[in-house]
Amino acid sequence: MRYLPLTDSDRQAMLSTIGAGSIDDLFADVPREAWLDGPIEGLPLHASEQAVERHMRKLARQNVTAGDVPFFLGAGAYRHHIPASVDHIIQRGEFLTAYTPYQPEIAQGTLQMLFEFQTQVARLYGCAVANASLYDGSTACWEAIGMARRITRRNLAILDAGLHPHYVEVARTMARFTGDRIDHVPPVLEAGCGEDALIARIKAAEPSCVVVQYPDILGRIPDLARIGAAAREQGALLIAVNTEPVALGAIRSPGEEGADIVVGEGQALGVGLQFGGPYLGLFAVRDPRHVRQMPGRLCGETVDAEGRRGFVLTLSTREQHIRREKATSNICTNSGLCALAFSVHMTLLGEKGLRALAAENHRLACHAAERLAQVPGVRLLNDTFFNEFTLLLGCDARAVVRRLAGNGVLAGVSLGRLYPDQPQLAEGLVVAVTETTTEEDISALADALQEALA
Amino acid sequence: MNAPNKSGWKPAMQAAGSGEGSAATHTGNRALMLEEPLIFEIGHRETTGVDLPAPSSGGSDRLGRFARTAPIDLPGLSEPETVRHYTRLSRQNYAIDLGLFPLGSCTMKHNPRLNEKVARLPGFADVHPLQPVDTVQGALAVIDELARWLIALTGMHAVAMSPKAGAHGELCGILCIRAALDARGESGRTVILVPESAHGTNPATAAFAGFSVEEVPANADGRVDLPALKARLARGGDGAGDVAGVMITNPNTCGLFERDMKAISDAVHDAGGYVYCDGANFNAIVGRVRPGDLGIDAMHINLHKTFSTPHGGGGPGSGPVVLSEALAPFMPLPYTARTADGHIHLVEEERADAFSEEHFGGVMQSFGRMTAFHGQMGMFTRALTYILSHGADGLRQVAEDAVLNANYVLRSLEDVLDAPFARSGPCMHEALFSDAGFGGGLSTLDLAKGLIDEGFHPMTVYFPLVVHGAMLVEPTETESKAALDQFIGALRHLAERARAGDETLKAAPVHAPRRRLDETQAARRPVLTWGGTDPR
Repeated sequence: MRYLPLTDSDRQAMLSTIGAGSIDDLFADVPREAWLDGPIEGLPLHASEQAVERHMRKLARQNVTAGDVPFFLGAGAYRHHIPASVDHIIQRGEFLTAYTPYQPEIAQGTLQMLFEFQTQVARLYGCAVANASLYDGSTACWEAIGMARRITRRNLAILDAGLHPHYVEVARTMARFTGDRIDHVPPVLEAGCGEDALIARIKAAEPSCVVVQYPDILGRIPDLARIGAAAREQGALLIAVNTEPVALGAIRSPGEEGADIVVGEGQALGVGLQFGGPYLGLFAVRDPRHVRQMPGRLCGETVDAEGRRGFVLTLSTREQHIRREKATSNICTNSGLCALAFSVHMTLLGEKGLRALAAENHRLACHAAERLAQVPGVRLLNDTFFNEFTLLLGCDARAVVRRLAGNGVLAGVSLGRLYPDQPQLAEGLVVAVTETTTEEDISALADALQEALA
Repeated sequence: MNAPNKSGWKPAMQAAGSGEGSAATHTGNRALMLEEPLIFEIGHRETTGVDLPAPSSGGSDRLGRFARTAPIDLPGLSEPETVRHYTRLSRQNYAIDLGLFPLGSCTMKHNPRLNEKVARLPGFADVHPLQPVDTVQGALAVIDELARWLIALTGMHAVAMSPKAGAHGELCGILCIRAALDARGESGRTVILVPESAHGTNPATAAFAGFSVEEVPANADGRVDLPALKARLARGGDGAGDVAGVMITNPNTCGLFERDMKAISDAVHDAGGYVYCDGANFNAIVGRVRPGDLGIDAMHINLHKTFSTPHGGGGPGSGPVVLSEALAPFMPLPYTARTADGHIHLVEEERADAFSEEHFGGVMQSFGRMTAFHGQMGMFTRALTYILSHGADGLRQVAEDAVLNANYVLRSLEDVLDAPFARSGPCMHEALFSDAGFGGGLSTLDLAKGLIDEGFHPMTVYFPLVVHGAMLVEPTETESKAALDQFIGALRHLAERARAGDETLKAAPVHAPRRRLDETQAARRPVLTWGGTDPR
């Protein structure tokens, strides 16, 4: 057993130091009737590295890999090229195999990285302060709703129609148990984002917060500034949700547009698709006074006993290990290594690279939208979009997606998959285009759609 | 002190006085101990480490009025500078790859590299969570296969795979309990009982889910006080109790097995409540004891503890929750289910009711979705790889060696360090010491910082709260006897210094990249971003 260094003679020597006759003596506090006397029956025994790798490769081959086919899925998870040095750095054992930096004198690598990460996220979001990460975008969104409740002492959250339906479901689940009320309506298939209808809902209520995805689930870019003004009039906070950080290289930051809390999914930079996890929850606030209501860990600058700059986890009186049942959140482990991947990717890009990457995504998406809208029977829904848009196919898009998958084209995410109870949305297909999409991919999708819709 | 420098490169140490016994250098570096500025001090907006086509002017634009005009102000570095920056930072970290990392309850064991290789296979790493189910049968098979192992190892009925970390798993279990009580029409049960020695996440989770939290006392043995628990349960009275359940860590945070676990479960069940077990310490009993045989209703499993997935400087974790037959119907969406034809289904909101009717006799009534997608796939591949490597026999050996190593540390040091529960029986996977007997005003913190100078990561300190100056040592099964002997030698030496009141320990660490950091200043005058607004 290659991961266990003790030899049988070590074990004997140690037992005799302990004064125990056998290993069973050390389990004496376990009631005898709960003992298993040998390996659990029906389970395989230990296996060589080669045998395990062979088995896992066999399972991996049973998936269609995004990089092997024309690929257009987004809807909250985006495929971007990850520079080789990102994976090299996150595999350094000093980062990979370290724990949460509880002993700052020997964790300055992780802590300085987190301080840099917090600054990058705050700037990207147009905010004052960002935390050291949460699990993913959907749980960050829920944490923001809880934070708005604590700040406003109200418990009605209005969710915009364009918020990712999985994020809506997470909020609904949590609200069932916390006594929050959730006001949400499904999106309407129109070019505009429905700001007027949303503002009417805000004016008719006293919400704690208004949650708006930017760009939204259909790829449209909502007018955060207008919505924010209406929210402020009602004494509510504006929570902006971003699921594609690359977009913020091309469009104004949510903070600039007046969002009070900005949360999002950071997976698009450095982390990869990974079938949905682990991902990276981003969380930032525009007003620094709100920092003491924030969930999750925060890294701050200080000095050591010799006056040298150093970093520590700080403001931990908000957190569960100090405050227990009065904590702002129960979160402990977050997404540290994913934050590192994000931060390294962002450092490689820099301002210039991120703006160029965003521009390239947008250029290709505009080109693809134009090309696909020419397919007979296909209409483009959006007026505005970044790298993702919605096509209307005039028939059930789920069936089309399945059929195209059978032909080796992963066409996008059908609205039927996301909104199974909303038949009026069923013709919608959400298509994402990134710098990894080639001209050939776009032609393959156009041709496959043409054939399927003929 | 050296204030953050906004005008350019300046080594953080340059203006600082030289440490005692260290020779000052021009750069502030000390040979392999290299100072590294922030990216904001060395990077530039115009520098990039990625080659991309220059943005073309003209062409269509669908950004509407939202096109960015203001700069983001993100510094960039070339690839060589990037690799060097992070490599230099990495060398300021301690890690399990470098040495023994005895953080009690955190379980820092070796992270096998096969796990990393497998997780990076494109067939796992480059797959989208919303691909048609027919194109991800291998990914679902990983979830299904890991789920079957977790069920078998715990003797439970089902497992919820989507929780993203231990605390998220706790929330999952507590929400299952809430949903089960609501389904029974007993929403009036609003109290969760938590022992004093519990992880902070337990009360935080219960409160987050809308429960009120009451503490259960410990007995002199370091275990749950069963008569006190029974008395509290009886106070509900009339068969209409107010207790929804208990959250118990077993083995507990004193490193002891809760001998009365079955009796605790029976008492709670008799009073109409459910038993949540914090499975952070499952590594002590995996393959030797099944929590399902002890009356547990729900338990999260930290894949990053028991099953060796890396901690990554604070995550990602993964916290699947095994469930009893009573709680299984309420597990979160989505979940996977393999049908007789071998096809693995992904059950989401849409088909949940129909699928339950067709395959589960209609009993499934999920409380809903806890996260956007299907859980921590990248951790599932690693954990399954680890489990298959060890097999049923190896996992049992894992628990035995972990317990053996902890007892070896306990018995090798109890003559120089106070071990408050040493007479409560053998410890499980971790050994608990206190600061009793330290002289000269020396504290647990001083001893911990002394360990840093000896080349070890300190143990968990000041936890559990039930012991004064607690030191919780968890060596794990992946340490050799030689490594343990070296650690024991270092700790013995430090314990003797602490007992003798050797005040030089108060200055420790002196050999780390930084001396003790001023945490009070960090909290009083928070600086949370570079060049940012002070959030006072």
